[in-house]
Amino acid sequence: MLKIKNVNTYYGQVHALKNVSLHMSAGEIVTLIGANGAGKTTLLNSLSGIVPPRGGEILFQDVPITNLAPHKIVKMGISQVPEGRQIFKPLSVEDNLELGAYLYHRAKAEKERTKKTADMIYELFPILKERRKQLAGTLSGGELQMLSIGRALMARPRLLLLDEPSMGLAPIVAQEIFQVIENLSRESETTILLVEQNARAALKMAHRGYVLETGRLILEGMAADLLENKEVQRAYLGKDKKEIWER
Amino acid sequence: MTKEKRQIFVFLIFALVLLTIPFLLRESYLLNVLVFIGIHTMLAVALNLLLGYAGQISLGHAAFFGIGAYMSGILTTRFALDPWLVIILAALSAAAIAFIIGFPILKLKGHYLAMATLGFGIIFYIIFNETVGWTGGPSGLSGIPNLQIGGIIFDNDICNYYLVWIITIAVMLLSINLSQSRIGRALRAVHDSEVAARVMGINAWVLKVQIFTISAFISAIAGSLYAHTMTFVSPTSFGFNFSVELVTMVVVGGLGSIYGSFLGAAILTVLPEFLRVFEDFDIIIYGLMLILINMFMPGGLISGFQLLAQKVALKIKGK
Repeated sequence: MLKIKNVNTYYGQVHALKNVSLHMSAGEIVTLIGANGAGKTTLLNSLSGIVPPRGGEILFQDVPITNLAPHKIVKMGISQVPEGRQIFKPLSVEDNLELGAYLYHRAKAEKERTKKTADMIYELFPILKERRKQLAGTLSGGELQMLSIGRALMARPRLLLLDEPSMGLAPIVAQEIFQVIENLSRESETTILLVEQNARAALKMAHRGYVLETGRLILEGMAADLLENKEVQRAYLGKDKKEIWER
Repeated sequence: MTKEKRQIFVFLIFALVLLTIPFLLRESYLLNVLVFIGIHTMLAVALNLLLGYAGQISLGHAAFFGIGAYMSGILTTRFALDPWLVIILAALSAAAIAFIIGFPILKLKGHYLAMATLGFGIIFYIIFNETVGWTGGPSGLSGIPNLQIGGIIFDNDICNYYLVWIITIAVMLLSINLSQSRIGRALRAVHDSEVAARVMGINAWVLKVQIFTISAFISAIAGSLYAHTMTFVSPTSFGFNFSVELVTMVVVGGLGSIYGSFLGAAILTVLPEFLRVFEDFDIIIYGLMLILINMFMPGGLISGFQLLAQKVALKIKGK
């Protein structure tokens, strides 16, 4: 479904992604783990066209999307839940969701499907329905994250890019969000690329994983194998620390 | 009453009050001031679409006002074209210019955009001043004919009042509609976070150029009406000071509030009449006003009053 071949992305002179190659099949949850500044968000932004890569190729359903504008990429079926949620705070919850379906406005059938999608999202996150007339700025962190996911789903994506959905959330709320993501993948067959700081939770949920370090992919494999990998355990799961503490 | 019904109600009252004013008020001087308020309201609403909704500054909007005024002035006096046709022609030209310069300029953000639009405004100010053969240069262009429809000639205050205010009210209605449509939502999204707006599938760049173009179109219509009601134009009305005054109107009234633009335009049109005693220092008063409003009523007068009213209502209920 998605193929990334030798992608190189720069911020000015800074070489942020170095020859990154990655592939995803339909229906998969793939997670991308790595330290701060490794280039995880950059990879998502290269995919969605916000920071277009300077070299390499990105194929989505066998169509090259490497240098397409972001709005065209959204139209092809890739939606991003941006880092830090990026909710439009001066707008109501409802308006935020409507903006997610910005590209669907022409035919009547499209509008009706949008209404159905909204109902589906309100079912998924009942709290959003309760608050739908409220300004988004008054929501809690967890609710904002739900809204951010809901807003991305309004575009009815085939591939959902999630950038650190657990950021700044209480562990129990983060768990709830992870549960929703898992259900989403199972029920709607949305393919999900998940970037996470919480490597353990991400690997438990994902089918496969990639490890990114200073702009390079250094490891890839089945999520279960990565969880057992000594290097991953040391660097991202804090395994030895925990053992010291347990001793 | 639902929100929509209340909005329609408020707008109808607003329009009705404005359209009955000439029946109650026959004094020519006051009607004249009201005509100016109308023209300024149109300009402030146009700038507000760009500044208040899309969050993009323009320090050169007086140029579009000037393009409208000068095109109407020149084409009707020197070529004797039909004034109504010229108004449309002028508005389309201003829109075309905005569209062309909008693409490079609206890639810029913040201070850089402010500088670029400032430069654009100054370039047009120089053109108005220096192309003496066309514009009459610093001494201005006079003898612009009044508009007329059928047998009615718009050469008195009451006619001009209705001419300007009917168009202003139409512009306000269209702007309110636009601001609440899908496009309005997208503009506010771009204002709040351009990156997030783009990953929603909004083509932020093109959207900004579109609203810049619409804004220029409305500003040029205001310019044409100005030329025909004053029958005289000179470059000083379209300089940098006026661009700043327009920004002041929008900010004082309230960013993102169409009625706020009317309020800001009204205050900044009436105020100079009282500030005459300060002569050239009036720009200092504008600056002071901007600072004070930003400090104490950051949402502008309209939202400031709304907050105040809410507080008073709460106090009354509490007791």
